[in-house]
Amino acid sequence: MTGTKGEELRKRAKEKRSERFRRAWYKFSRNRISVVGLVMVLAIVLLAIFAPYVTPYPKHAGAFVDFMTGSVGPSLKHWLGTDVFGRDILTRVIFAFRGALIMSTGVLVLVVPLGVVLGLIAGYLKGTWIETVIMRITDVFLALPPLILALAVSALMRPTLFNSMMAVCVSWWPWYTRLIYGMASSLRNEFYVKASELTGASKPHVIFREILPNCIAPIFTKMTLDVGWVILTGASLSFVGLGEQPPKAALGTMISDGAKYLPAQWWIAVFPAIAIMVVVLAFNLLGDGIKDMLATEEGS
Amino acid sequence: MGSDLLKRIGLSIFVLFSLSILIFLIARVVPGDPARLALGPRAPEWAVENLRKEMHLDKPFYAQYGLWLAGIGHGDLGKSLVTRRPVSADIREFLPATFEIVGLSALIMALGGIFLGVLSAKYSNSWFDGVTRIISYLGIVTPAFVWAIIFMLIFGYVFPIFPITGRLSPGFEAPTTITGMFTLDSLLAGDPRTAWDAFLHLVLPAIALAMGGLAQAARITRSSMTDNMSKDYIAAETAYGIPPRRILMKYLLKPSLIPTVSVMALDIAALFGNAFLVELIFNYPGLSRYGIEAMLNKDLNAISAVIMVLGLAFVTMNIAIDILVGYLDPRIGLAGRRN
Amino acid sequence: MADASVAKPMSSAVGAESIVQIKDLHVGFKVFGGLLKVLNGVNMVVGRGEKIGIVGETGCGKTTTVKSILRILPGEARIFHGEVLFQDKNVYKMHPHELQKLRGQGASMIFQDPTAALNPVFTLGEQISEIISHSGTQPEGKKEAIKILAVKAFREATLPDAERMMETYPFQLSGGMRQRACIAMALATPRDLMIADEPTTNLDVTIQDQVLRLLKNLVDQRGMSLILITHSLGVARETTDRIYIMYAGNMVEVARTAEIFERPLHPYTTGLLSCIPKLTGGGVAEGIPGRIPDYMNPPAGCRFEPRCPKAMERCKKEKPEFVEVGKDHQVACFLYYQVPQNGVQHHG
Repeated sequence: MTGTKGEELRKRAKEKRSERFRRAWYKFSRNRISVVGLVMVLAIVLLAIFAPYVTPYPKHAGAFVDFMTGSVGPSLKHWLGTDVFGRDILTRVIFAFRGALIMSTGVLVLVVPLGVVLGLIAGYLKGTWIETVIMRITDVFLALPPLILALAVSALMRPTLFNSMMAVCVSWWPWYTRLIYGMASSLRNEFYVKASELTGASKPHVIFREILPNCIAPIFTKMTLDVGWVILTGASLSFVGLGEQPPKAALGTMISDGAKYLPAQWWIAVFPAIAIMVVVLAFNLLGDGIKDMLATEEGS
Repeated sequence: MGSDLLKRIGLSIFVLFSLSILIFLIARVVPGDPARLALGPRAPEWAVENLRKEMHLDKPFYAQYGLWLAGIGHGDLGKSLVTRRPVSADIREFLPATFEIVGLSALIMALGGIFLGVLSAKYSNSWFDGVTRIISYLGIVTPAFVWAIIFMLIFGYVFPIFPITGRLSPGFEAPTTITGMFTLDSLLAGDPRTAWDAFLHLVLPAIALAMGGLAQAARITRSSMTDNMSKDYIAAETAYGIPPRRILMKYLLKPSLIPTVSVMALDIAALFGNAFLVELIFNYPGLSRYGIEAMLNKDLNAISAVIMVLGLAFVTMNIAIDILVGYLDPRIGLAGRRN
Repeated sequence: MADASVAKPMSSAVGAESIVQIKDLHVGFKVFGGLLKVLNGVNMVVGRGEKIGIVGETGCGKTTTVKSILRILPGEARIFHGEVLFQDKNVYKMHPHELQKLRGQGASMIFQDPTAALNPVFTLGEQISEIISHSGTQPEGKKEAIKILAVKAFREATLPDAERMMETYPFQLSGGMRQRACIAMALATPRDLMIADEPTTNLDVTIQDQVLRLLKNLVDQRGMSLILITHSLGVARETTDRIYIMYAGNMVEVARTAEIFERPLHPYTTGLLSCIPKLTGGGVAEGIPGRIPDYMNPPAGCRFEPRCPKAMERCKKEKPEFVEVGKDHQVACFLYYQVPQNGVQHHG
């Protein structure tokens, strides 16, 4: 009896979930530009994952020299041309997406839980010494433009992809803390939170089961947008030589190397630059689409 | 208002103080011997040992920090390992150059962004609006160093209108230092030709830096203006006979600028950050390029000083923006923007 | 009371005496996914010195109707047909300076929500001074004269400490005081017509009566015309000479105030009247079943037809126009098409 009833409930919950998902997708897909963003993001991610199989010259991703084909402009053989070492730029751009995506995923995986938890605690315990400590520390990290902090930290470590990722993390978490702090400190005055407190719920329960679910939408939106911004920051770091080291491909390094051959061999710098713009644009379009979707979802 | 301002200043001093500890910590905790790095791998051991003593690297951490802080107290920021000069002298030379670029850039960003935003809102949903929105999107997603390269290509090589490197063209002499900003100093010295040349050198880097923030400001101004356009008070003011143009430029613009100005604090911060790359591209001897060189060479004193100076600039600018927002929005006053 | 002093223009043919004439006005709103056909041929006349009420439920187009007089419809609004005349001039064909004159000296309006109707980032003094200086009734640049007028307007709107109001921001005032400030702004310079869009809906019950009385006094003193929008028949009864009943973008009935209450004809009017709780008791108000129609796909004929207890076949296809059913009494309903236009006896 109870078994079938439980199953029934579970089934209904599942249906409800899929119904909500369909509604969300409908709202999202109504805006064509967001769908374009989604397609671009998917394309970039798939290209990056299958880079060794889809790129025309996978060997060119690393140390490869063939001066015979060096500095060739865009052609059928090399769609985006080759660099001075004769490496195919299209191949290297796609391989550079790998590092860029690994970096942004890594940064978000580390930064979001930390920043969000600190923000939740500080916001919920507003007025206590815990809030003071957390928020004053956050203020210190916010006292520097994020790119400068990331540059300084990564400069002091050995230049690797991992270290530049850590450097970006150091400058990135306080923004999540500040965002969530603002939300949590106003949400804690909502009736449902007060009600749950009055029924004797523990602090962790209130923070994670009552307040957190209401912060998910903005966190999710910010994360999508941030993938693009982290890639951009990573490219800025590698542009000055603090990041993935040659001969591995990194978008920033490719641009700064290519800039030496401007304007004659313009394609060496220009195509990686366009690649960055495309990636950031893709995640921006997707993020805006998700923002609109979640906004109307809440509104209705 | 006054006490709020004092509170903000007090908090900022605390933040800067903590920042100094943070930077000092990061700088001293890094692996590698700064003295060895400074002198290179082939320097004899005794020379390295001497330098370690000179830099107080042999003392415990808190003593090093105390000495460093005491040094700052009387304007001594230590010696730069790269330029072999006192860091304070370097800062005095390079900071005004960066201020010149960032200042011009902030001006372009604010005025250009608001101007475009207002036009876009006034002619919303026209072709002009559409074009502006596409440009805004491109502006936002394109990093400043890419703009720098694009501008360099277009205006440096294809149409060589603007100089693309340094602060002055060959044949011009730097004016006597008063503020350290070449344009201003030349004007003060009564030399408009040099001032103009120095200004031309600023144009491309400043615009390249400004593009992102300009696009952002245009977008925010447009959307807050179109939001406010349908507010009752605009209908009311129209109904009471205030001319439409006056409403647009005063009664609609002022409340709509609040979000734009609030975001501008972050945008100006981004200017300082991106200046690091843009100065490098335009080979412009400013604080940011100095900072990058210091970072790449692990020049600890220089790094700490650059960070502290930028932190101070950022914190001061934040207070200034808060005052401006407080002026625009009487409901907020001074203390409120953050929360 | 003022009945005898003012001649009542009744049909839309009346010209000389009227201050506002709205003729067959169709207004739609472009929204995502279609067009909301809100006003569906509104006809209305306001005489000089006359106090008009527009009564109808929320969302029936009352605000849209009056906003069209001042040409302050929101950007999504489109006028498809009809015209709005202010003192016999088409508002939508006016030169900018004529429009300026209409807004500065002709008509003025106060809004439902005084909080939204005051610019939050300017002092009351700045806002009212701007209004006075652009009204065209004052020589420009005379700051002192403008200030004196502004303070006088605040005082007349019974705002305490009128001098200090000049330096006050809207957020520093209570709701009732904000509405008084709005009244002061609307009446700071002489005008012929005052439009009040549910001026008391957003106020505390205790303040509502005060504000309404203030408004009525000021309008009476100046001999202005008044258009008062309300969804309360009680308020309309106290304040107005004549009442238009509006439903879903149409004027369905118009008559002198007393007549509306004594002899309501349109089924919607009778329904509205039965909603008023009576002091003598007699149970809970009935209400009208159903809702205002979807403006995206409104009924083809009479828009009240789906809710009308007396609907006929004809109501589904045709839209009824105003017919004269008595002195100063018009109704838009097919029930009254066949009957002779004088001496109708009908009990709702």
